[in-house]
Amino acid sequence: MSDISPHNFPFRHLLGIGGLSPSEITEILDLSDEYVAQNRQVDKKRSILRGRTQINLFFETSTRTRTSFELAGKRLGADVINMTATASAIKKGETLIDTAATLNAMHPDALVVRHPHSGAVALLSQKMDCSVINAGDGSHEHPTQALLDALTIRRRLGRLHGLTVAICGDILHSRVARSNIMLLNIMGAHVRAIAPPTLLPGTMDRMGVEVFHDMTEGLRDVDIVMMLRLQNERMNGAYVPSTREYYHFFGLDQSKLAKAKPEALIMHPGPMNRGVEIDSELADDINRSVIREQVEMGVAVRMAVLDLISRQTSNQPPVGPDGGGA
Amino acid sequence: MSATAYINARLIDPASGLDGPGALLTEGGIITDLGAALFDGGVPDGLEVVDCAGRVLCPGLIDMRVFVGEPGAEHKETLASASAAAAAGGVTCIIVQPNTEPVIDEVALVEYIKRQARDKAVVRIHPMAAITKGLRGEKMAELGLLAEADAVAFTDADRAVADAQVMRRVLSYASAFDLLICHYPEEPALAGSGVMNAGEVAMRLGLPDIPTQAETIMVERDLRLVEMTGGRYHAACLSTAQAIEALARGKARGLPVSAAAAVHSFALNETAVGEYRTFAKTAPPLRDEADRQAVVAGLADGTIDVICSCHDPQDVESKRLPFELAATGIIGLETMLPLALALYHNGAIGLSDLLAKMTCRPAQLLGLRGGKLSPGAPADLLVFDPDKPWRIDEDGFHSKAKNTPYHDRPVQGRAWRTVVDGKVVYSDPNGGD
Repeated sequence: MSDISPHNFPFRHLLGIGGLSPSEITEILDLSDEYVAQNRQVDKKRSILRGRTQINLFFETSTRTRTSFELAGKRLGADVINMTATASAIKKGETLIDTAATLNAMHPDALVVRHPHSGAVALLSQKMDCSVINAGDGSHEHPTQALLDALTIRRRLGRLHGLTVAICGDILHSRVARSNIMLLNIMGAHVRAIAPPTLLPGTMDRMGVEVFHDMTEGLRDVDIVMMLRLQNERMNGAYVPSTREYYHFFGLDQSKLAKAKPEALIMHPGPMNRGVEIDSELADDINRSVIREQVEMGVAVRMAVLDLISRQTSNQPPVGPDGGGA
Repeated sequence: MSATAYINARLIDPASGLDGPGALLTEGGIITDLGAALFDGGVPDGLEVVDCAGRVLCPGLIDMRVFVGEPGAEHKETLASASAAAAAGGVTCIIVQPNTEPVIDEVALVEYIKRQARDKAVVRIHPMAAITKGLRGEKMAELGLLAEADAVAFTDADRAVADAQVMRRVLSYASAFDLLICHYPEEPALAGSGVMNAGEVAMRLGLPDIPTQAETIMVERDLRLVEMTGGRYHAACLSTAQAIEALARGKARGLPVSAAAAVHSFALNETAVGEYRTFAKTAPPLRDEADRQAVVAGLADGTIDVICSCHDPQDVESKRLPFELAATGIIGLETMLPLALALYHNGAIGLSDLLAKMTCRPAQLLGLRGGKLSPGAPADLLVFDPDKPWRIDEDGFHSKAKNTPYHDRPVQGRAWRTVVDGKVVYSDPNGGD
């Protein structure tokens, strides 16, 4: 699309979508396209990150995101190590800084972090000399998920600008929703948030989204339906009365989907609760559901991010996350 | 008996309304005389003379809400270090909160605080005792006996008494002894696991939030219970427009109620949290700009009686955590005076009215002898230049803790001499003489 010189992405860390410009997002997506092509070949491996060490530090269980980052790092030639912090270690909050100091002494080049508390990844990045990539922090941000969603949409519909995207479900607790709302707004899409009021922040409209509490209204003429996972502990009367009631009003099924544009795509960050937020057959409908494609895009996007960020630390002194000096 | 003459002062006594040039005489820890004409015939021989050079001389400040780590968390702050910080901030009397380890809910512990204060502190220290045993909100502490042991008021510190029946009985029982119940007004179920004010900032940061209604609901409940029981009630720190409005209505109905605001509630708003700045994590949480302005208006119109520092020392380690896990609290003893003076400098409140909220008002509420300039009152004094510009510097603090979001903030007004019992306990090292 536009100029894709490396100076378009002047960041050492990727902590969130907030702060990225349209051209920076476009650069990541353009490079991701190249990696999609590469990943479909038999020889998927490059040596861009050869000699570099990537540590995946997960304070929360995750299969999909961790595997995706691991594969991305390995396909670029990095040495990848997975560390899963136990629940007891998280409770002693001090260990976050201690862990950072310990890992820092091992001279990694990239640290991929997931943490159950908002802001924890940014805090870690202040204590690390290497690049830090946010793989999800609390209810705050999950930038690579938003990027892979954008890539999926752009490859299917050719653009992001001007599309109408409905994000449905537990937006209150969702880092995926926050990152997606920001990215889609930056790229000029229209965003709708559809959920019961208990699962929406009270100031939702301040993020530049249109709020709906009725699926059939909110899905009218949308190009994309993005479903979010609703965690079990939130369905037993705490935020919604029951699974059954939630599915009845907010689960995606054929009749609700009929309100969207005929070619509208269904997305889900996974893992899905079939029959809770999404009808099982819809989830598998290859004409409508791009859920598996999202997984494929995930690897490519993470390769692009690792690649771009590594360019900031190759031969010159690191550039700060504020982009100064680019 | 040592006697000191403070000359060339601008005497401000908010209790009497005095504001004018004059001099003041202390003898043996007591104010014995003051006025414009004092020493008109010259200062008699044998007196120590302090030339205030036109600075303000007012009663030493009284801080109604100070958290100290002693006993139990002396690594955060001791009574000695808090008292040094107080003296440097022009505060001559601090009211310490009972959420220590162990909790101050027994006579012996009140005695312990008094003894430690007498031996180690340079300013006056009075304890508030717990409303309920162990601050658990279930069973009343021995309010009468604790008051006899000189607990100046009762509070469950940073917790609310959630059970309305318990609170009803506390207010009712306390009314027989004319005790002051100082309540932290936050409905705990509604505040839940929240860590900052509900609103756009919390939404963007993805942090669990505390709605302003948590404060309003508790204040409104408490006012109904006061109406029912006649107990004397003080809201420990108000931070929201709605709760201030509710309190104003209660006062208009003639209820025996009062309120304080923490300095943080008018010196900062929620944007200070920025990108997870844990030094701006405090209780009540920093609110939005409209609420901050409502606090200023509440102070100006007298709805809010008292300004307190809400001094809450925390060690660096407990602040260097993800925001949700980080300790709550901001230190304030050494920054209360200049941050409060900002309200005078920007024209919100007159100087004497402002000082009243840190001198005679808390003294009246707590039944203390200080807080005023009058013959026979304790010689607890503050001499300060309200205009002196300086930058808040955490390295200059006397407190053991450094958890301040005000570091580097340019302010005006600083203690030049702090006097307790007629003795100088702080003298500005850069203030000349």
